[in-house]
Amino acid sequence: MPRINSHAELEELRKSILLKRDLNKPCIAVCTGTGCLALGAAEVVAAIREEIKKQGLEVKVDVRETGCPGFCERGTVVVIYPEEIDYLQVQPGDAGEIVSQTIVNKKVIDRLLYVDPTTGEKIVHESEIPFYKNQMRLLIGNNIKIDPKSIDDYLALGGYSALAKVLSQMTPEQVLEEVKKSNLRGRGGAGFPAGRKWEFTRNAPDEIKYVIVNADEGDPGAFMDRALLEGNPHSVLEGLIIGAYAIGSHEGYIYVRQEYPLAVENVGIAIKQAEEHGLLGRDILGSGFDFNIKVHRGAGAFVCGEETGLLMSLQGKAGEPRPRPPYPAIKGLWDKPTNINNVETWANVPLIINKGASWFTSIGTEGSKGTKIFSLVGKVNNTGLVEVPMGITLRDIIYEVGGGIPGDKRFKAVQTGGPSGGCIPEEQLHMKVDFDELTKAGSIMGSGGMIVMDEDTCMVDIARYFLNFLADESCGKCTACREGIRQMLKILTRITEGTGREGDIELLEEIAEVTRDASLCALGRTAPNPVLSTIRYFRDEYEAHIKEKRCPAYVCKELISYYIDPNKCKACMICLRNCPVGAITGGKKQIHVIDQEKCTKCGTCFELCPPRFGAVKRISGEPVPAPIPEEVKIIAKKGEEG
Amino acid sequence: MKEIYLEIDGKVVKAREGMTILEAARSAGISIPTLCYHEKLEPYAACRICAVEVESQGRTNVVAACVHPVEEKLVVRTRSEKVIKIRKMLLELMLAHAPEAKVLQDLAQEYGVNEVRFEKEPSFCVLCGLCVRYCAEVKKKNAIGFVDRGTRREVIFIPEVVSKECPRCKECFSLCPTEALQAKFVLTQVLIFPSPSSSGKETEE
Repeated sequence: MPRINSHAELEELRKSILLKRDLNKPCIAVCTGTGCLALGAAEVVAAIREEIKKQGLEVKVDVRETGCPGFCERGTVVVIYPEEIDYLQVQPGDAGEIVSQTIVNKKVIDRLLYVDPTTGEKIVHESEIPFYKNQMRLLIGNNIKIDPKSIDDYLALGGYSALAKVLSQMTPEQVLEEVKKSNLRGRGGAGFPAGRKWEFTRNAPDEIKYVIVNADEGDPGAFMDRALLEGNPHSVLEGLIIGAYAIGSHEGYIYVRQEYPLAVENVGIAIKQAEEHGLLGRDILGSGFDFNIKVHRGAGAFVCGEETGLLMSLQGKAGEPRPRPPYPAIKGLWDKPTNINNVETWANVPLIINKGASWFTSIGTEGSKGTKIFSLVGKVNNTGLVEVPMGITLRDIIYEVGGGIPGDKRFKAVQTGGPSGGCIPEEQLHMKVDFDELTKAGSIMGSGGMIVMDEDTCMVDIARYFLNFLADESCGKCTACREGIRQMLKILTRITEGTGREGDIELLEEIAEVTRDASLCALGRTAPNPVLSTIRYFRDEYEAHIKEKRCPAYVCKELISYYIDPNKCKACMICLRNCPVGAITGGKKQIHVIDQEKCTKCGTCFELCPPRFGAVKRISGEPVPAPIPEEVKIIAKKGEEG
Repeated sequence: MKEIYLEIDGKVVKAREGMTILEAARSAGISIPTLCYHEKLEPYAACRICAVEVESQGRTNVVAACVHPVEEKLVVRTRSEKVIKIRKMLLELMLAHAPEAKVLQDLAQEYGVNEVRFEKEPSFCVLCGLCVRYCAEVKKKNAIGFVDRGTRREVIFIPEVVSKECPRCKECFSLCPTEALQAKFVLTQVLIFPSPSSSGKETEE
């Protein structure tokens, strides 16, 4: 590929790519993001290619292996173009039918379509499925349209036009102004205005400056940065190059976690392609601007997502945050001014340049502009990645996009912002989601994790779970974080084990306050959020555990018992046969009894007791009734009664 | 060097640009407690006992005095209610590990920490890192280091280096605010040299 030396040459190339493309030519796009790959997407692709070959359609049909469109719950996701027919949960065995029916005969295969759970209606097109329809997919919307390993695909969608515009028509100051005007706030967690951060770095008195993409996404259950980096790597590169130009940096790093092999692979390919095209390296697009990018793989520490921890790690040291100031913008990598932004922040930049700051500020709320990608997981029907405008209500995300809570369960709370986020209760579902509102509610935006919890979730146990994660992932350097988390975890553990004491809630609050105020970095300063927010909204659950030794959600094993109601047991033997520890005695025509000593509280009996009997009960906070005497255990057959 | 005027505990203090709050305070005779701080070492900001409240540009924040640079018109409170609360809790947290440490007991008395509400788990080490940093920064030997992270973090001697360097140095011993280091060294030594001489010593006693 000859390198491109000007804006005009880039447009020439784009035109030639588009000319070669027939928009009416059938194309089968298969998501080969990490989620769908785990569900067998590679086999689906192979089967489709095989089928196309068998039917001799190689020249008539394209197959595109794409990035993640976000509907991971229903993978493998396949979209047929030009009609945009959306097939979900596709198996390799469906390949034959897809090719012969949909491609050749232009017939839609009903059983692969999305079925609306409320109306039972089948939906053909991606844009009509409620999960997608209620989103605003500015960033991840292109994933399914692009083969991330093909720069041509990115160019065909207008890729690198923002970079070309910047280099040919704008001064670095103008770029900076535009980003500042857009009020783009950092998507990595703290929400600091990106433009101001860029300006600090730009104004720092040093010739050498660095720009960094923070792709050390570590929140459990969060994967939006992975989807962007592996699904549309050029969009992140383009943003980074534009930022480097505005800041005056000639060297950039992508700090990506080792656990994202596909992202590492795809971004590596993208960098090589960009270099070959003259979009990276020396004299980019003939503008005289030089910029290079290196990929650095993180060795797997959550705390390296914190910017000073990341810098230490990048310099080959242990990933331990250091105090700020000096801020990285003044003294960062190798003590040089350094600007670090998250993947999603960088990916927003080309959009802002192309469409303008005023367009960007027209989306969102007063203080938070644009869209945000959330990874919506937990007890919600449509799990996956959702991109929504700032200011959408939590209720709309969970019920309109997410399709509500599975089964007939009741919503209890949504945890936002990763392990150091907070739990938000039902009465706050009307909240308009943005940086400031989430903070007001005692949670954080974080990088956009959103875990939905239903009535079967114990909020004390949830706080314990997140603190346990943080106890492992704190770097352990400062006392407030390390020891604060250690003691909070101990107290939470004893509460869930039924040995909580009077005053534990107050002690938790006391430690939490000090950990929040006195910790060295953001990990410690936000670590108390899971504790404080659950105490704030679910104090009654803490009290039930401590005072009544009762777990209202029937989760904490030490506080619950299973019991078979002798009046309801029909001696059907189901629970008795399935108990993994043989704790249930009884027999045919003999009422079953759980031996409380042997019972491990796995809940199998409760799950398996036929609903029409409903004999197995969960008990918490009260003693288990004594077993009935042997002589009355025999169930008389009908007709023999009395 | 540029002169900077800041306010510490209501007193106007003259400092030079580049100084930390701790240095400025000490130069003005205002004492701020420290544990992981040492003149010969890079400030580490880990123990947090030197926490102070600062007010700058309308925002109040808690920072470590040993690293936070002075700035013009900075308002510092070294003994506010919040600061006292923080120090008390930190002491209580550390005392759970090193209940007998003299430095901690003295501070506990000063700040009125009368009880430790946490289960004692005497590791005797409060992870101040003085030994680790002294060995690395001053002696440049790296005979001792941190391993693991989070609540599992601990200090260990590196046997290969210890056998060569430590017997004639041991300068870190006196830096340790608790008695953890010496005990750990002895343990390491026993593990490196399980010789008859060391076991002989034990029988002598």
